[in-house]
Amino acid sequence: MIYLDHAATTPVKPEVLAAMLPYFTEHYGNPSSVYKIAQRNRKAIDDARAVVAEHLGAQPNEIFFTSGGTEADNWAIKGIAEAFKEKGNHIITTNIEHHAVLHPCQYLEKHGYEVTYLEVDPDGLVTAEQVEAAIRPETILITIMYANNEIGTIMPIAEIGAVAKKHGIVFHTDAVQAIGHLPIDVRAQNIDLLSLSGHKFYGPKGTGALYIRRGLQLPPLLHGGGQERNRRAGTENVPGIVGLAKAMALAYEDLEAKNAKIKALRDYLIDGIMTQIPYCRLNGHREQRLPNNVNISFEFIEGESLLLLLDMAGIAASSGSACTSGSLDPSHVLLALGLPHEQAHGSIRFTLGEDNTREEMDQVLEKLPSFVERLRSMSPLYEDFVRQNS
Amino acid sequence: MYSQKVMECFMNPQNVGEIENADGVGTVGNPKCGDIMKIYLQIEDNIIRDAKFKTFGCGAAIATSAMLTQMVKGKTIEEAMKITNKAVADALDGLPPVKMHCSCLAEEALKAALWDYAQKNGLTIEGLTPPANRHDEDHAAFGEEN
Ligand SMILES: Cc1ncc(COP(=O)(O)O)c(C=O)c1O
Ligand code: FES
Repeated sequence: MIYLDHAATTPVKPEVLAAMLPYFTEHYGNPSSVYKIAQRNRKAIDDARAVVAEHLGAQPNEIFFTSGGTEADNWAIKGIAEAFKEKGNHIITTNIEHHAVLHPCQYLEKHGYEVTYLEVDPDGLVTAEQVEAAIRPETILITIMYANNEIGTIMPIAEIGAVAKKHGIVFHTDAVQAIGHLPIDVRAQNIDLLSLSGHKFYGPKGTGALYIRRGLQLPPLLHGGGQERNRRAGTENVPGIVGLAKAMALAYEDLEAKNAKIKALRDYLIDGIMTQIPYCRLNGHREQRLPNNVNISFEFIEGESLLLLLDMAGIAASSGSACTSGSLDPSHVLLALGLPHEQAHGSIRFTLGEDNTREEMDQVLEKLPSFVERLRSMSPLYEDFVRQNS
Repeated sequence: MYSQKVMECFMNPQNVGEIENADGVGTVGNPKCGDIMKIYLQIEDNIIRDAKFKTFGCGAAIATSAMLTQMVKGKTIEEAMKITNKAVADALDGLPPVKMHCSCLAEEALKAALWDYAQKNGLTIEGLTPPANRHDEDHAAFGEEN
């Protein structure tokens, strides 16, 4: 199989699994207990915290482990809303956030908060000026994703961080797609809160963390035991935390070299598709984009049917089509770029990983044009288009 | 997700194409919700001699169009009128619940083509009402993203 859906999830690396395994069996002690076998686990968590902190440019006591990106996003957004409710009720975000950010925002709207959804440009970018212009006296939170999961566009996080700092507003970024793929420095970029998720960089699913800048009072989302310094209750997922940290350390090893290789494959795939297949559109910013993201709309065809043909040929990808979402609308991200419904419908996302090869790209480029051709020959939209242009 | 039958029909769809000077043509759906189905019928002596389709839609939409056109060939108009979306889905060994609306589209496209035939020939077909765009109530929102 040619796996090109790394933005959905990644396989756990063998080294990561090996690091985790002892914590399921031999080292099973509850880290909160006093005896020796438990203390080893406490240390494993502390070590993991230090690794995560190091790669973010943070301090270990600013890292809090969660059950994943979704929990970290919910905690950050609902927590700030609660903590600053005396100060104001306004939140600034964008219209291309992941649902793990959009839905908490919509939830807060039902409870008296106001949310500005900044509109991205046709490449999926917002500017720091747009953010600044949206700030009101009641603004308590700016939450803007680091990089978009569908189109790979990377937001100007440092500039937005500077604006937030200037106005004394808390800045959260959902960096789930960026961590492990881009260098990040929370101090230099003025980030107050940052969400990450282990399974996007070869770590285990159901693991994540929230970075909370020291001094920021964020009430807990989960109430219970005193774990994570009374801020995130629940017996720690020790193997998961160990795996997340191991995966993060590996991800940042030789990052530049790995990114150069993946970027070259990405560009090879993009250029190959755009030159071989007519009536295509690359979605997302051409340069300011994740090194592994390719997102293309194939006009006149629907994405799920193309995914099925790819799947039958052993190629795994994803689509922003309404037919794959099970909802009436195609991806909100593609619509936000200004794509007409039928183009959003025909979008395919290929997200590359460390192990993909040029031969695999060649196989995709060999098969894809005939698949698109075949579906176009069945498409009433293409029929109309050809008739109008002949 | 799909039955073997659906995948077979999707991978090797029968009756893709157009019929020149078709006796009845029906197009349903709209590009807004993404699904468009167009069915062409050749009708002689009240019998559907040929049926072809073009579909912009998911695997289930393509498979149901292919299956429906196979099912109507050789049938009288009255027999074709009795073909329901459920019958098409059953012939495909079932569809996932989220995909049942794609089979509704097939039934509607057939009825729209028959309506077109009736209009062109000044006929009334029992039980046939003018095609309306009914394809916008379904699609419950339970998608996931990542
Ligand atoms: C941008 C973004 N935010 C949040 C999430 C949710 O992360 P998790 O699956 O760990 O809950 C994802 C992944 O699906 C994502 O891509
Ligand atoms: S055509 Fe959209 S779900 Fe079947």
